[in-house]
Amino acid sequence: MSAPSAGMHLAVALDGAGWHPAAWREPQALPGDLLTARYWADLVRQAEHGLLDFVTIEDGFGMQSSRPASPDGRTDQVRGRLDAVLIAARVAPLTRHIGLIPTVVVTHTEPFHISKAIATLDYVVAGRAGLRVRVSASQHEAELFGRRTFAALPTSRSGGRAAQHLMAGLFDEAADYVEVMRRLWDSWEDDAEIRDVATGRFIDRDKLHYIDFAGEHFSVKGPSITPRPPQGQPVVSALAHRGVAFRLVARSADVGYVTPGDAADARAIVAEIRGEQQAVGRAEQAVRIFADLVVFLDTAGDAAAGRKARLDELAGAEYTSDATVFTGTPAQLADLLHDWQRSGLAGFRLRPGVIGHDLGMITGGLVPELQRRGAFREAYQASTLRGLLGLARPASRYATA
Amino acid sequence: MSKPVKQIHLAAHFPGVNNTTVWSDPRSGSHIDFSSFAHLAQTAERAKFDFLFLAEGLRLREQNGRIYDLDVVGRPDTFTVLAALAAVTSRLGLAGTINSTFNEPYEVARQFASLDHLSGGRAAWNVVTSWDAFTGENFRRGGFLPQDARYERAQTFLQTTWELFDSWRGDEIIADKESGAFLADAGAGRFAHRDAHFDISGQFNVPRSPQGRPVIFQAGDSHEGREFAAASADAIFSRHAGLEDGKAFYADMKGRLARHGRTHDQLVILPAATFVLGGTDAEAEEIAREVRLQQVSGQTAIKFAEQLWNRDLSGYDPDGPLPDFDPEPGENTIARGRASVRMYRDPVATAAQWRAKAAAQGLSLRELIVEVTGRQSFVGAPATIAETMNSFVQADASDGFILVPHITPGGLDEFADTVVPLLQDRGVFRVDYQGSTLREHLGLAPLRASSPVTQAAS
Repeated sequence: MSAPSAGMHLAVALDGAGWHPAAWREPQALPGDLLTARYWADLVRQAEHGLLDFVTIEDGFGMQSSRPASPDGRTDQVRGRLDAVLIAARVAPLTRHIGLIPTVVVTHTEPFHISKAIATLDYVVAGRAGLRVRVSASQHEAELFGRRTFAALPTSRSGGRAAQHLMAGLFDEAADYVEVMRRLWDSWEDDAEIRDVATGRFIDRDKLHYIDFAGEHFSVKGPSITPRPPQGQPVVSALAHRGVAFRLVARSADVGYVTPGDAADARAIVAEIRGEQQAVGRAEQAVRIFADLVVFLDTAGDAAAGRKARLDELAGAEYTSDATVFTGTPAQLADLLHDWQRSGLAGFRLRPGVIGHDLGMITGGLVPELQRRGAFREAYQASTLRGLLGLARPASRYATA
Repeated sequence: MSKPVKQIHLAAHFPGVNNTTVWSDPRSGSHIDFSSFAHLAQTAERAKFDFLFLAEGLRLREQNGRIYDLDVVGRPDTFTVLAALAAVTSRLGLAGTINSTFNEPYEVARQFASLDHLSGGRAAWNVVTSWDAFTGENFRRGGFLPQDARYERAQTFLQTTWELFDSWRGDEIIADKESGAFLADAGAGRFAHRDAHFDISGQFNVPRSPQGRPVIFQAGDSHEGREFAAASADAIFSRHAGLEDGKAFYADMKGRLARHGRTHDQLVILPAATFVLGGTDAEAEEIAREVRLQQVSGQTAIKFAEQLWNRDLSGYDPDGPLPDFDPEPGENTIARGRASVRMYRDPVATAAQWRAKAAAQGLSLRELIVEVTGRQSFVGAPATIAETMNSFVQADASDGFILVPHITPGGLDEFADTVVPLLQDRGVFRVDYQGSTLREHLGLAPLRASSPVTQAAS
């Protein structure tokens, strides 16, 4: 039996006005402000006030849609967004403790660019940066770039195998991408900048390393243009629903987000990821597994369920999600989190149903409730995101000393 | 009728990864830590500068087959720093170089539109193209483009991003909670672009930003680069900071505009300029001489000579004479990742000029390199520099300057404190910002969305 860790880790996933498609119509929502820096700064500062480990910021290249892989032409939901890495950078100087994890689509971007962007974010926040890697199998998103073509994901049995093959390839590419980023982050040893006036040398070039990565989709020479970031390795995370994605988390990530339906399901998922880790020789503690939950929180009785029902009516359909949807009080959610955590989870990434309401309920309701139970920190106790998560700062793989 | 007095535009260039930047000075701080960028940006904003400028590098430079270690090495990511600077400034324009060769239009358009939103309309993009497969070794697509395809790709890249920026008019988001209408137009962001370089279509997912699109800078000096700028740029990052070459360049560029259907005031010309201040002109000259010697050490002089001679000269004495033979012909193979080597279009002739100059003035190799590479644009007491800069601008040698300090991050402080007030006293530089966007600072007219507002009746 896996023992629960002393404390619970908590993160929030920020996206638009919230995860319910009608969230923007709630009285507390600010749908006209979603493209402003002030909106995001306020949310992240609120999360930091609640002592959360980190926030994630959703992103994608295609227009938001109610369909999985194509636009839906709807005008009654939030459409349009900003680049998540730039949102993170924009709010970064306004924070002191909280981790910042923007989403990056790896299928269409350059690992060299993203590696230095996240390294730079890590410099701006002095060691609190990470990223969530995402693959995109959407032909509609591929057409925005015009450099690769994906067959539409079919549903027939043979098509199912083709889809599996496509997804396996995209996740293998994502693993290569993370490998390139990690090598680039290590490509400058920590003490490579010497500023030796006597010899006129700014760097000790023996401490800079070519990474010489050659893969199916890209080859990258290195070294990075940006020196090794403060955390050495910023936190890499990924959302995973099934086999190929569990393997990516086990092989490549520091944090995995999973979507169990109950505590037993969580236990099975954790076991699967741990098994994959064992297969590639990564220690159990190297990967922190967070369960995702969409949350609607109110202090009184079944107010949250009533609120969600009202939002469903506005949206014209019952809201469902890949993650478990929770409605209830902060105390009830604390019970559930406590129960699930015993399945071997390090913590939870909560997706607020309505950011304007439920983020405040997380920081002002759930967090104090967990603190009363001795299950959540009373103050930030580490200055880096790796530190908050209990992950050591690794030495560069190229360092010889 | 006398010519109206021009207002000067000023910008700050974060010190670069070349020998202009004196890292050996005890005052020299980090080139990576965000505090250095914040310091320079806040100094520039305190001085009411138009913008701060960040260059970009995508492969560490090499010479003699090894990473070049005599200059500052390493820099952070341009977009990330600019977005973070938007949090610690409120009016300053935020300009960055982004290479069109190693990016895709959809992603770059998203990033600049996002930066423009997150900075309240202060983003600018210096569009550059890359020249070699050396840098391409770090990227998916590799880097090689034939010479004639480089500007063509850059031009179509830029035009494609404009189509993306213009795919939103700016009035589509209504977010009416009562009616439940978030968008007024389901087709917002729709685009389709096909040419020899890009075949893309879909819906752009960043709504129109405060400036409509970032201010466009261009820096190339070739005929193709000048035509590209005359057709498409809002501003030029020029290398002609002298009076006579500046006037010639200025006249040439402004003269090209009409052929592209543009007017004189649609292109702002800003040379990069270095400066050394002193209490008196004589003191400034003395400091400037010392700075040049710091910038061109004996080792650096040898490296410069190698870049022209295109061969290993490590056995040469920098305090001795120049090599008495001609440079190696053909492609430059000694230095990689460095644009400046391409400026030596005729290395044999340049070497002959250098030898003649050294012989005539009795200069050692190092002294010669100091003379041909190290002269600061403006040297003097604050009043002298203010007067000289203003006279250059009024004489149409430029519309202002992008100042490149040689010390990070405090190298602009003295200029902000001493020269800027003199320019303000003369009435040729703003005492406070009049607008909130970079377009407004630069005196550029606001952009209108290209397509008229059309809304289907329902």
